[in-house]
Amino acid sequence: MILVVLFFQLIVLQQSLPDLGQLVIGMLLVILGLTFFINGLEMALFPIGESLAFALAKKGSLFWLLTFAFFLGFGTTAAEPALLAVAEEAAKIAAAAGAIGTSEIAQQKYAQGLRLTVAFSVGFAILLGVVRILKGWPMHWLIIIGYTIVVVITFFAPKEIIGIAYDSGGVTTSTITVPLVTALGVGLASSIRGRNPMIDGFGLIALASLTPIIFVLIYGMIVQ
Amino acid sequence: MIPVSDFVDTLLGTLRDVTPIVLMIAIFQLFVIRKPIPNFKRVLIGAVYVIIGLSLFLLGLEKALFPIGRLMASQLTDPAFIYAGVERLNHLMHWSDYAWVYAFAFAIGFSTTIAEPSLLAVAMKANQVSAGAIGIWGLRIAVAIGVAVGISLGTYRIVTGLPIHYFISVGYIVVVIQTFFAPRLIIPLAYDSGGVTTSTVTVPLVAALGLGLAETIPGRNVLIDGFGLIAFASLFPIMSVMAYAQISEFRNKHLKTSDE
Repeated sequence: MILVVLFFQLIVLQQSLPDLGQLVIGMLLVILGLTFFINGLEMALFPIGESLAFALAKKGSLFWLLTFAFFLGFGTTAAEPALLAVAEEAAKIAAAAGAIGTSEIAQQKYAQGLRLTVAFSVGFAILLGVVRILKGWPMHWLIIIGYTIVVVITFFAPKEIIGIAYDSGGVTTSTITVPLVTALGVGLASSIRGRNPMIDGFGLIALASLTPIIFVLIYGMIVQ
Repeated sequence: MIPVSDFVDTLLGTLRDVTPIVLMIAIFQLFVIRKPIPNFKRVLIGAVYVIIGLSLFLLGLEKALFPIGRLMASQLTDPAFIYAGVERLNHLMHWSDYAWVYAFAFAIGFSTTIAEPSLLAVAMKANQVSAGAIGIWGLRIAVAIGVAVGISLGTYRIVTGLPIHYFISVGYIVVVIQTFFAPRLIIPLAYDSGGVTTSTVTVPLVAALGLGLAETIPGRNVLIDGFGLIAFASLFPIMSVMAYAQISEFRNKHLKTSDE
């Protein structure tokens, strides 16, 4: 953290400081907040993610495990505020490009559809990632296949949606989802015999950032 | 100074964001697993910590760091600043005239990534799982460099107006090639680090930079060119983390052979 503060100050000092008091307080808040957050991670988010993974793996019910995976992805993404902002922005772009009507209702419908698309794709990604952990598929094949699909679809997708589609992969994973999902993956991988938590436990977030790109591009093509 | 009501607002906002996750976990815990959460009290306190911590963190960002970041982004992309001292030849600007913008993009990419809480969480987990082989700071710095390079390149793209998918496609190819040479253990983690870099801290600042730049530069469409920086910020950490692993593996091998 000290490095961050130094860094910000180094950059900022080149300019005149608009409000030094505010800045110092803000930085103290950031440091304090991160300290609380880290403690909370160790005490709550990591143990919960792991104990859920263990409990679901022990229960041996594939159906509930996959249902949980899907809803963890879908539920947390649908409520994500960053996604809300991006979806509204995207609706404006689509309206400006003439893909949809410029009326308020048409834009809202578009934004809503986009949001559900992204949420669905993240749910699907976590589900797929869990299946991967269970089966022990190598991560890079999934990613390479995903990339190939992205590149191919890009050529057919309307130009306006491309930037947004690529960005939507990044905004889906929020600060609370990431630790939970990571703990879930690692917990699952370590509770199944023959899986290495390092190789099989990670990768859920990567899928959750990749599938929205594909689904949003398709959404753009369908609406067009 | 920062009024208390702002803190309450941020706290309520965080609570609203957390509610669906808490509900989901509660439903599964109660109806599917039907067992009490181990160390329930501790978990509860931890959850309160997370919510308070996140609210304080967001408040600090919103009140102090974001305004300055946005101000600097707008100052740097201001035509008066960019064109100062440069002779204007029919509005034709060479991409190298935007040197300060790239430098700023690099700095902002690096520093916001270091401050990103989700990256910290993943780094802590990776450190724990790898029994200390992956350093928390090593990973964070590797990712931060990746984001910094990615965002600088992304601003270069906005300046030159090249289509985004050229860069992304080439980036994918590099990632795929690297995948075959990188140590197997690091691959999933490297892929993950692409997704975690862009959340609370990075997205608002980077978006402001991209939109400001697209507005300033003649011939750029804000709608088409303003987006896409996040995509760069998610792609390049994958490369830098794999490179980091390759370099440390190479160094280890080198050390071993020189020992013998």
